[in-house]
Amino acid sequence: MKKDEVPQDKSSLSSINMKELCYAVDENGNYTTALSEGWEPKTIALDNSMQLINERIEDAKNQVLKGEASPILYFMELHRMDEGILASYVGKWVWQVKRHFKPNVFKSLNENLLQKYADAFGISIADLKNFKID
Amino acid sequence: MQLDFKHHQSAHCENGVASNLLKDKGINISEPMVFGIGSGLFFVYLPFIKVNHAPVVSYRPLPGMIFNKLAKRLGIKIKRTKFSSEVSANKALEENLKNNIPTGLQVGVYNLTYFPDEYRFHFNAHNLVVYGKNDNQYLISDPVMEHVTTLSEDELNKVRFAKGAFAPRGQMYYPIHIPVEINYEKAIITAIKDTCRNMLAPIPIVGVKGIKFVSKQIRKWPVKHGNKKANHYLAQLVRMQEEIGTGGGGFRFIYAAFLQEASMRLKNEELRKLSLEMTEIGDLWRDFAVQASRVYKNRSAQNDVYNMLADNLLDIANREEVFFKKLKKAI
Repeated sequence: MKKDEVPQDKSSLSSINMKELCYAVDENGNYTTALSEGWEPKTIALDNSMQLINERIEDAKNQVLKGEASPILYFMELHRMDEGILASYVGKWVWQVKRHFKPNVFKSLNENLLQKYADAFGISIADLKNFKID
Repeated sequence: MQLDFKHHQSAHCENGVASNLLKDKGINISEPMVFGIGSGLFFVYLPFIKVNHAPVVSYRPLPGMIFNKLAKRLGIKIKRTKFSSEVSANKALEENLKNNIPTGLQVGVYNLTYFPDEYRFHFNAHNLVVYGKNDNQYLISDPVMEHVTTLSEDELNKVRFAKGAFAPRGQMYYPIHIPVEINYEKAIITAIKDTCRNMLAPIPIVGVKGIKFVSKQIRKWPVKHGNKKANHYLAQLVRMQEEIGTGGGGFRFIYAAFLQEASMRLKNEELRKLSLEMTEIGDLWRDFAVQASRVYKNRSAQNDVYNMLADNLLDIANREEVFFKKLKKAI
């Protein structure tokens, strides 16, 4: 990559005035650094990931509203976690977390465990139990 | 309380922290040098582990490896400590600041409030330096940021005790011994040999062989997983290659910069030529990212598009194979 080819495409970095450092070759063939505001192929890749996340959140929300899943599923997706990450936050096994996705099992969870889930999501037990979508 | 610490922006967090901490100790070492001597160039494909719902591809070795290898090869000693509780982790950090020691921390990215929302994923191998504390706000030098920033005690606790793969467990680290004389020449040669060995390793998921393996898999993705998943896998591959930290082209440009610097240190003209070649290979990786992004932007999943991408990747792998064989001979 030549220094004058370092991409300056608008990206999510621009919104907070962040620029990233790139390595590129100057006119004499020597390596130097340059700041980049963003690069379109990267933005597209990131958008693709964000879209997938949003679809997963939407899907989880519908499942909870239909009574097919507990709010834990929704908050897990909202916080971009998977079962493994959530399990390590609450100190449970993956199969246990998956079991807690069942509305009936969720209802029987004790306060102690609910608190762990609430902490992992940065919300209160009440928010976790009374599922509301704004 | 604010320590006298100079923030320099870098492409990659681990290189940056290593380079900044060493500069603080009076060793003037550039980011590419840190990356090269730490044998940072790597490739591994782990199809059986999923992160962000896609198979793992990494263009770098395990977290901590770069700094550890660098330290070993330069004769520097680093102290690393992990903690079982937030209280003891905090206490140790405060103690360090009191003793005038800028301290490197391993942290999770998800709760780093100064990152754009799109970049906040559960990735636990990020690195930054704490260089002071003012009214409950820790002074943070995050090497991928242009300027220094701050985090509250709560925020710092959260990122130090993020959970999941590579959970940092509050890990902090800092150099405790710097040798009087450093033999860069020897370190560079050892490091280049190590990188060549890794990239040419006879293991199907590592180095050049790993890239070839991914190329083979890409051909199957649209048939095996369907259009949507294949596109998502591809997007993840590009993100790992280009996301903040790699300096572009899956670290190839940083490595080329290292080879250029190494050629001056070792007075080896051949390395300068190889640096040019590595730059060309980096450009090929960039082209690959451009083509891949067209595929998932247009949501096309025709097999021939994936076959074309696979061919390009195979071409890159073949060029790298030739390259690392040459590099091995050049030193």
